Amino acid sequence: MPGKVHVQSNINGEDTDFLCEPRQSLLEVLRDVLSLTGTKEGCNDGNCGACTVIMDGRIVDSCCVLGVEAQGKQLTTIEGIASADGLHPIQQAFLENASLQCGICTPGFIVAVKALLDREPKPTEQRVRHWLAGNLCRCTGYDKIVRAVLDASEKIQASPR
Amino acid sequence: MASNIVLSTQEYNVVGTRPIRHDGTDKVTGRAQFGADINLPGLLHGKVLRSPHAHARILSIDVSRALALPGVRAVVTSADLPRLSGQVADLEEAAMVTLKYRSDNCLASDKVLYKGHAVAAVAATSPHIADEALALIDVEYEVLPPVFNVLDAMKEDAPILHEDVFTTDMSGEIANVASNIASHFITEIGDVEAGFAEADVIVEREYETGMVHQGYIEPHNATALWHADDNITIWCSSQGQFNIRDQSAQILGIPVSKIKVIPMEIGGGFGGKNTPYLEPIAAILSRKTGRPVKLTMGRAEVFEATGPTSGGYLRVKIGVNKEGRITAAGAYLAYEAGAYPGSMVNIGAMCIFGPFDVPNARVEGYDVVVNKPKTAPYRAPGAPAAAFATETVVDEICEKIGMDPLEFRLLNGAREGGQRIGGPRYLRIGCLETVRAAKEHEHYSTPLEKPISSNGSSRRRGRGVAGGFWITASGQASAVAGVNPDGTVSLIEGSPDIGGSRAVLAMQLAEVLGIAAEDVRPMVVDTDSVGYTSTTTGSGVAFKTGWACYEAAQDVKRQMIKRAARIWDVPADDVAYSDGVLSHRSDPELRLTFKEMAARLNSTGGPIAGRATVNPSGVGGAFAVHLVDVEVDTETGKVDILRFTALQDVGKAIHPSYVEGQIQGGVVQGIGWALNEEYFYNDRGEMVNSSFLDYRMPTSLDLPMIDTVIVEVANPGHPYGVRGVGEMPIVPPMAAISNAIYDAVGIRLRTLPMSPGKVLEALWEKGC
Repeated sequence: MPGKVHVQSNINGEDTDFLCEPRQSLLEVLRDVLSLTGTKEGCNDGNCGACTVIMDGRIVDSCCVLGVEAQGKQLTTIEGIASADGLHPIQQAFLENASLQCGICTPGFIVAVKALLDREPKPTEQRVRHWLAGNLCRCTGYDKIVRAVLDASEKIQASPR
Repeated sequence: MASNIVLSTQEYNVVGTRPIRHDGTDKVTGRAQFGADINLPGLLHGKVLRSPHAHARILSIDVSRALALPGVRAVVTSADLPRLSGQVADLEEAAMVTLKYRSDNCLASDKVLYKGHAVAAVAATSPHIADEALALIDVEYEVLPPVFNVLDAMKEDAPILHEDVFTTDMSGEIANVASNIASHFITEIGDVEAGFAEADVIVEREYETGMVHQGYIEPHNATALWHADDNITIWCSSQGQFNIRDQSAQILGIPVSKIKVIPMEIGGGFGGKNTPYLEPIAAILSRKTGRPVKLTMGRAEVFEATGPTSGGYLRVKIGVNKEGRITAAGAYLAYEAGAYPGSMVNIGAMCIFGPFDVPNARVEGYDVVVNKPKTAPYRAPGAPAAAFATETVVDEICEKIGMDPLEFRLLNGAREGGQRIGGPRYLRIGCLETVRAAKEHEHYSTPLEKPISSNGSSRRRGRGVAGGFWITASGQASAVAGVNPDGTVSLIEGSPDIGGSRAVLAMQLAEVLGIAAEDVRPMVVDTDSVGYTSTTTGSGVAFKTGWACYEAAQDVKRQMIKRAARIWDVPADDVAYSDGVLSHRSDPELRLTFKEMAARLNSTGGPIAGRATVNPSGVGGAFAVHLVDVEVDTETGKVDILRFTALQDVGKAIHPSYVEGQIQGGVVQGIGWALNEEYFYNDRGEMVNSSFLDYRMPTSLDLPMIDTVIVEVANPGHPYGVRGVGEMPIVPPMAAISNAIYDAVGIRLRTLPMSPGKVLEALWEKGC
């Protein structure tokens, strides 16, 4: 078995060093090496979006990225969305709109929505549906998730942080 | 969204409001601990070796090469589990369960019965090493001919899965030749022959539905630690920690008191997380290694080796007279149980004519084993396929007699005092109220718009309606409510929260005590920490565990009244408790709020905790009507959902947002079942689409908003009128969509899913 590789990344605003096997995915590194278990595994083949993280401004399925590929990258996971001041408006909107039932897909959705609203602050319903097509939710039928995104978009417009 | 229809007159303070769920913050910040999130000192990782064959005898298993791999700590096979005889245990949901089958489904002993059947398992220092070790286990198989389809399996010359399965008949009589038909039953009401003789129009049709999966996003997982004193701790996400404890104890051959199951957050279940697959394996791997062992399934394993719902063959025949009144109905249901007996055909039979007042009926059912994974319940198990058949036959009858389909349902709808075949007489139900709400809904009267011209002339639009019935279930539940000095209440309960039930239970307690939902702290606890609570199934948590919370609150209330009487030195009868305030009935000076009283408890006689255990009857039966507009592309066969309105009698919506959410989610699972989802098998019984990409559940882009109308006809059998919500909404969509496709392009589809290929074939057959 090959030895472990030393990787340096910035995760949720903090410079982070970790060791990982070359075969370990970023998802495994986040969960098993760094104990950032908010990022979930649903399929391990890039089809459900439960493991969505932001890497250098783009959303990726962390199960389809190797841990070693995080070298020199900026990562945002679900643990990095809220601040010391409290929940992010997206998180608040998910709560107020009852947008989660079991909650396993929720971290992936919130990270994906963060990336969307960072680049497109006022998406249409159709744009939201298109953007989130890579995130599967089996409980809600997406209705209340889409409403939460539109709601969060409005609230962020009304009082930008 | 249309306004909800409230026919219950009782006013509440908390029930019916929309507080933020108590576990919400942890779930939107990634802090909530689901099953796979557990980590323990010295944790080992387990993986399961699965059969490549659909049907084979296991001749030998050699694990020596796997054990020699550095990092491997143990390998187990069925030889490490106790030999269970054919003893039958009365476990939950699936009713009677043959323990040997449950054990063999965890780890096959003599035969493998489906591709993916577990054969051996490894514990190693990393999941990758465990994976490598699987390839080093040598299993010798004698491959046997398989059988995959229910009708093929029922043939006399079919390959036999079990030498010890003999058809059990209604009378309990058991045949003497081994068969794939595990059971056969007939239920009758009235005089069916006379009923059909009275009919002026009779329609009889055949249906086929394929196997589909619940599709929860969280794969199964289990972590176990076999302690040195032979006690076992299991961490897992399931729909019932007590059920997993009891079944694991049976499979491991140890008393239930030796196992503590700690319920982790559960990432979806829909009926599929009531069966122990990994827990006993984790336990014996831990026993062998002395270390905690975690197993998690991959997505392909979830598809191939857990419990999807039955595929089946159905035939439904309905007769009506000139006035449109049903005179008789008949049904034949043959459901695939998968590898071991126990499909939900009996429940399908109970529900198949549930929405209708049928004077004469005969329903025949068959439970059939095939070389596919053992089925498990999936949201209203047994009912969706049954409704697909009945509700499309009804649509055809309405067309033949020229009657509006909702008018037909008003004329023939189930009503109070009527009797469902094989069931008790209906108490107060909301079937007709729901149909009326659909008829008066603006969706029903708004004309369909023409397809957008830019989409070309190949598109056609149609509208369909269908109803449905679900029995709903109750069960045992326990709750303890401890009053804290700051005026809050800690609520300890045993129902895993699969979709907001902590809030729904806290609200039922808060209503009694006149406090805010936010002042209740609900906790789902392990099997050593609360009384027995049956599984989160049957749409039963708001009903049964809600009732336990209601009773626990009543217990608190009684003790509070006694305490106030003692403090004021007055008879308890003189103390009133209303809206969270204790007061003397005649002396206005004597008054204490719940919060003031809570602060004084410890100094006035000690703490107060309420407790309750319940096993209530009185479940109400749920009814729904769905309206759907579709657009069919006649060039590609693709069907798009344009608009969907789901109307449902829920009795009383405790938390309307989560009621809407349950309805929306159930509808969308139904849309997936109707249009996309199916297991594709090759002729070797290998599932060839065992990934989310190829199984193709609905995404956000496939759907419109799902409108809901909550009808509230209070269930007289529950303190707040709750009926149960979650399962009903998956029952009508397949029929509603089939009826809409007919309205659009004139083809009647009677197999699921109604995928583009099938739509095109039917269009070509029709000459379009």
